Amino acid sequence: MTAVDVLIPRSPEEARAAFGDGDGITVIAGGTIVMPEITYGRLRPARALLLARAGLAGVSRSGGRVAIGAATPLAQLVDLPAPIGPCAANVADLEIRGQATVGGNVCAGAGGEAPRGDLQGALLAVGATARSTGAGGEREEPLEDFLRERSGRLLLELSYDEPAAGAFVALDRPHTHAFTAMAVSAARAGDGTIRIAVTGAGSHGQRLPSAEAKADDPAAAGDAALADVQPHDDALASAWYRRRTLPVLVRRALTRLKEVS
Amino acid sequence: MNLTVNGAVHDVDCGPLTTLLDVLREDLGVTSPKAGCEQGGCGTCTVLVDGEPRRACLTPVAAVDGAEITTVEGLGTPDELAPVQQAFTHYYAAQCGFCTSGMMLAAHAYVEHGGSDDREAIQEALGGHVCRCTGYVKVIEAVAALARGDEFDLATTAASPGMTNIGGVR
Repeated sequence: MTAVDVLIPRSPEEARAAFGDGDGITVIAGGTIVMPEITYGRLRPARALLLARAGLAGVSRSGGRVAIGAATPLAQLVDLPAPIGPCAANVADLEIRGQATVGGNVCAGAGGEAPRGDLQGALLAVGATARSTGAGGEREEPLEDFLRERSGRLLLELSYDEPAAGAFVALDRPHTHAFTAMAVSAARAGDGTIRIAVTGAGSHGQRLPSAEAKADDPAAAGDAALADVQPHDDALASAWYRRRTLPVLVRRALTRLKEVS
Repeated sequence: MNLTVNGAVHDVDCGPLTTLLDVLREDLGVTSPKAGCEQGGCGTCTVLVDGEPRRACLTPVAAVDGAEITTVEGLGTPDELAPVQQAFTHYYAAQCGFCTSGMMLAAHAYVEHGGSDDREAIQEALGGHVCRCTGYVKVIEAVAALARGDEFDLATTAASPGMTNIGGVR
């Protein structure tokens, strides 16, 4: 391997300083996405930021607020209430979940052969807030805004109010790898607001506002959801199949949300 | 950087993003972890990092500087097999053997963490390990017996000579 400048911060403060404006830096947290890219020669980082010891891992719950450090392994989320816990438990396998991090999952670019970022949908459904650093310093914003423009940012923490009820429904493709072709998360906030979001119907997770507007009627909400997405073909499912399936997943998620409310 | 591999401390002099798998196989000559898919999808490179099963192919060595690494070589010896090796031998839970190192380390960690003989729980624990001989049934039987604490009398296991070399494929 050619010389690569690897920064290994030992605290969140050091991580922020090392990342700077993010220019030319490859961030490695769990390594599950980046390392194969390096192994296969598709990525040759000149400077890398290794987050393994940066103190950005951990889940805290207090006063109805959940805060998740960006370098928290997915394995630490599996016992959280739906939709977050079941969504995390649905990713890959036990060993990968012990290694892959929340930040890597949320910040992953669109995958070519299979969707990435399973947790994006679940976190959008609970109305998560993203705290990140980069050019212009630290900022906190709704996850939706962060997902639209996440290049050049280092995610530090995600937080959300625990929902009153949540549901997670996935369309899995039984195979050696538990890649998820598409998944829908729904959550009812303490004030009764229902948020619905999908992963796998676009380049990243997204809310389904047309479905949310009809959340009282699961079947109608399912049909309405099609207005909000532009699904794509990939190795797991065709766009046609995704359009046929999305209404079913939305209906099931909302039906389950009613059952657990 | 240094690594403790099966109890022996090694100074490691290589690029910090070199995979743990490359360091083990190429620099330290520890060849039980296999280079299968090298993208985290098959489980043949799984080793224990401080007791937890991890994919060595996905792990930059700098991330495990100072850690204790356990491979199959550290579980038992040909004369004194570890319980997981006895279980796999007794149940003939290996065919070509390429996936066996990873399978045994995942099984070992599963039982060390108090895993039961429940079939679904075993499947979940070993779900990241692919056997292209498709020999899963015997593996699950072996792990279930291990979890129950069965004792194995390998003298009565009609083993062919090669069977006791599980994990020895180079």
